[in-house]
Amino acid sequence: MLRTKFSTDNTSLLHRVHCDGLLLLGLFALMAVGLVTVYSAGGQDLGLIQRQLTRLGLALAVMIAVAQVPPTAYRKLAPYFYIVGVLMLVGVLAIGVIGKGAQRWLDLVFFRFQPSEIMKLAVPMMIAWYISRFNLPPKIRHILAGFILVGIPTLLIAKQPDLGTSLLIASSGIFGLFLAGMSWRFITMVAIAASAFTPIMWFFLMQDYQKQRVLTFLNPESDPLGSGYHIIQSQIAIGSGGLEGKGWMQGTQSQLEFLPERHTDFIFAVFSEEFGLWGVLGLLAIYAFIVIRGMMIAVNAQEAFSKILAGSITLTFFVYVFVNMGMVSGILPVVGVPLPLVSYGGTSMVTLLAGFGILMSIGTQKRLLSR
Amino acid sequence: MPTPRIIIKDHTAEANLFARRSVIALLVVLVMMAMVVSNLYYLQVTRFEDYRTRSNGNRIKVLPVAPNRGLIYDRNGILLAENRPVYSLEVIPEKIENLDEVIAELQALLNLDADDVEEFYQDLKRQRRFKPVSLRNRLSPEEVAIFAAHQHHFPGVSVEARLARHYIYGDALTHVLGYVAKINKRDLQKLAEAGQEANYAATYDIGKLGIEKYHEELLHGEVGYQEVEVNSQGRIIRTLDFSPPIPGKDLVLNIDIKLQLEAQRAFGGERGSVVAIDPRDGGVLALYSSPSYDPNLFVHGISSKAYNKLLNSKDRPLINRATQGQYPPASTVKPHLALIGLEEDIITPETRLYDIGKYQLKNVERVWRDHNPWGHGWVNVTKAIEVSCDIFFYDLAYKLGIDRISESMSAFGFGDYTGIDLHEEADGLMPSRGEIRALFNRAWYIGDTINIGIGQSYWTTTPVQLGQATTTLINKGRRIIPQILRGNMLDTGMVADPLKERRPLDVKNVHNWDVVLDAMYGTVNRDHGTAHKAFLRAPYISAGKSGTAQLITIAQDEKYDAKKIAEEHRDNAMYIGYAPYDKPQIAITVVVENAGHGGSEAAPIARTMMDYYFKDQVFPKHQVIESPQVSNRRSANQSGANTEVNVASTQVEPNMAITQGE
Repeated sequence: MLRTKFSTDNTSLLHRVHCDGLLLLGLFALMAVGLVTVYSAGGQDLGLIQRQLTRLGLALAVMIAVAQVPPTAYRKLAPYFYIVGVLMLVGVLAIGVIGKGAQRWLDLVFFRFQPSEIMKLAVPMMIAWYISRFNLPPKIRHILAGFILVGIPTLLIAKQPDLGTSLLIASSGIFGLFLAGMSWRFITMVAIAASAFTPIMWFFLMQDYQKQRVLTFLNPESDPLGSGYHIIQSQIAIGSGGLEGKGWMQGTQSQLEFLPERHTDFIFAVFSEEFGLWGVLGLLAIYAFIVIRGMMIAVNAQEAFSKILAGSITLTFFVYVFVNMGMVSGILPVVGVPLPLVSYGGTSMVTLLAGFGILMSIGTQKRLLSR
Repeated sequence: MPTPRIIIKDHTAEANLFARRSVIALLVVLVMMAMVVSNLYYLQVTRFEDYRTRSNGNRIKVLPVAPNRGLIYDRNGILLAENRPVYSLEVIPEKIENLDEVIAELQALLNLDADDVEEFYQDLKRQRRFKPVSLRNRLSPEEVAIFAAHQHHFPGVSVEARLARHYIYGDALTHVLGYVAKINKRDLQKLAEAGQEANYAATYDIGKLGIEKYHEELLHGEVGYQEVEVNSQGRIIRTLDFSPPIPGKDLVLNIDIKLQLEAQRAFGGERGSVVAIDPRDGGVLALYSSPSYDPNLFVHGISSKAYNKLLNSKDRPLINRATQGQYPPASTVKPHLALIGLEEDIITPETRLYDIGKYQLKNVERVWRDHNPWGHGWVNVTKAIEVSCDIFFYDLAYKLGIDRISESMSAFGFGDYTGIDLHEEADGLMPSRGEIRALFNRAWYIGDTINIGIGQSYWTTTPVQLGQATTTLINKGRRIIPQILRGNMLDTGMVADPLKERRPLDVKNVHNWDVVLDAMYGTVNRDHGTAHKAFLRAPYISAGKSGTAQLITIAQDEKYDAKKIAEEHRDNAMYIGYAPYDKPQIAITVVVENAGHGGSEAAPIARTMMDYYFKDQVFPKHQVIESPQVSNRRSANQSGANTEVNVASTQVEPNMAITQGE
């Protein structure tokens, strides 16, 4: 209904460049909120805003470019993307550059590059490509094969170590499988297996710093000046914002620098402190709007590949939002996930908007005759 | 049925399946959003107050602000103690990368002493890294200027200003004002016990001695608070609220600084002390203990070398001789003893004895001598005081007995604290049988009583105690407690504190005071008086009594020869005096240690001070009042009674006296 209302007159120009007007509206709203909050959190530094704008412009350009490519092309390219991505991940572990204590970067002479970013799109594409080859709902063995396809890059990225990204990549793949119709019995089994796997993960797979994060999450007050500091200060910022907030640029926790990583990963705490619960509800409404719009594109897509890809990109986007808000407000452990399109900087912004480009491509480029 | 090679997709079924799954996914999304919102509701609404408090706790710091210490003025409004800004060079070790290098550079720039640097490194070990450590305590204005010009080279080093006490008159008033110095652990403990810790949270110095200590509560004031907003590094961003400190009270002392300086000049470094009291209100006009020392040294932390020099000096400058020096009162207490003799009817104004220079009790081998080896001839009580006849008072003491003397002299305040507003006060000793037994585990002998008659034996008093006893004589029994503090200086002027008095000394016959005071008048004004020479041609009429305190016992037949005796064993010269005789305005007590005769060594100091004190007053020329004894002689028949005492008759029954005394 929404679509018919706007699409008739408003989107003629946008349609020519394969842009979805409603989605674009939601994204611009988020970017505006992001710029306003970064300006406050970054100490009113206009240079910061300039760099963020440049980055947003670049990401938008990438999005529009990606939107021009028809979904069929993505389907054909999916396996190659995936294989190149996995090879690069192996390459990172072999010859990558260490930054911030983790080996995530590949130095390609001209620029540094995180292969894990490619995988954020390559994995859902691969799963959508693989699973849509079969009649849906998929059989157990196809699901298992799908899990292997998701598992390889997930483990490679977890090994870097980059827990946040591997989590997002894993969920993007699993969302694809779920939307494809993975049976409930299997889901139950996986849930049981996962809970059995938890102790094994704790003792054999998790790095010390990751364990520390989980412990801190469980009881941040145990180390208020050390690893618990982030989460305590963040909760104080959010809580002291109250219903109405302290006002733009009036957040004492952020302006007086009690809050760490204010304009990047913890920007949600700044937003909550300055704009209060009402502001947060508004922000969540924008996110909900984008997610709903994304799911509508997915449902209305023509092919199974497009549906699954659009659905998993949209749901993964929400996972970003949920994980970031969860960690900043203390219901999830701290993993380095930015608040999408609001946090300052990050390569992730380009990948994110490239994902939306694919969504727009799916939403706007439809063949007249379905197969 | 074989599986078809080409998979035929059921698009409608797939679309339906996908739509169902999408709806489920969206529901899950909504549930997760609800989780986020409910958690935020918990943080921002349910626990809002709690987090707001913690947020304010993060950013708001309450800083104590030290009150300015009250100033101290003399009675004429001359400033005696003020607060001056001092600059110290403070280093925050945490903020400096290469500390040794920076310190070396500063040392070269400001020409710092090796001592300062050494002390800095010692302090450094004791301090936390983020707290400032002072590198040099008192920067001169030039050094402040030099550093200011180079400050940008030294991040983490700063010049801090605060107010510190300065004593304008230096060593002239040390034993009155005392001094303030850095609050130490013991002070902190005392403050904690008094519940005053918070009040001193920002205060650097505390009164350690003298008026500064005694009136600390008045001088300190009340701490103020500054509520500031700080950032996470603790840097102050802005002031939110300020409740100013209440400055300490400005005090006005009874001290007349010019008279005090006159006293210092008069002593010229000799050991001793002087106390000048206004008998009308007990105000201490001057109180000087010689030698003295510069109190300003202590304000900024005296070096242990300088302190040891003061501590170990033979002259003991740290002791306040005026209130802590305990001396035998010697002949200065003869007027007081005479009063008691008259009161107890042991003597009358006419009672006289013949002094041949010796006093002896029957069956007692020991001979007590007069300071005049040939004796004074016929003496009554007036002449006995005027010429300071020892024999008369040996006899009087013998007849009074130690118990009556002890009781009555205690009533004058001897052997007790005067209550002057200084913590540095000794109480002296007014001996009694019980006290001597308790202190020395020894019986009281009749010989002791006889020595008490001339203010010797175990009897010790402090100059201020003697001064108080003198004012009691002048005021005919009214006992005003000597006070250094006069009152508070307010914007509208000085508000004086009320007098402090003790229970007055009652006498049966008020005329007895006149007899004693007349004798003190004679001591100064009649030709044979021991202080006659010292006050020759003074424009005002004064009265007084000299004393010469023996410090060692001279063998019976030996003559006292000052030149043969080591200086520290020579007699103390003492003098009590007041003026003008008819309406006394000042009473002065002088002790000069190991100086010799009171009349010749101590009285001149009193004279100098009185001359200064009365320099602006005009007194009518006066005719010396003749001794009442002379007039009595002329009208001897009026009284008719033969009041002459036969010395020999008293000598008959010494043993009886002892038993009576017991």
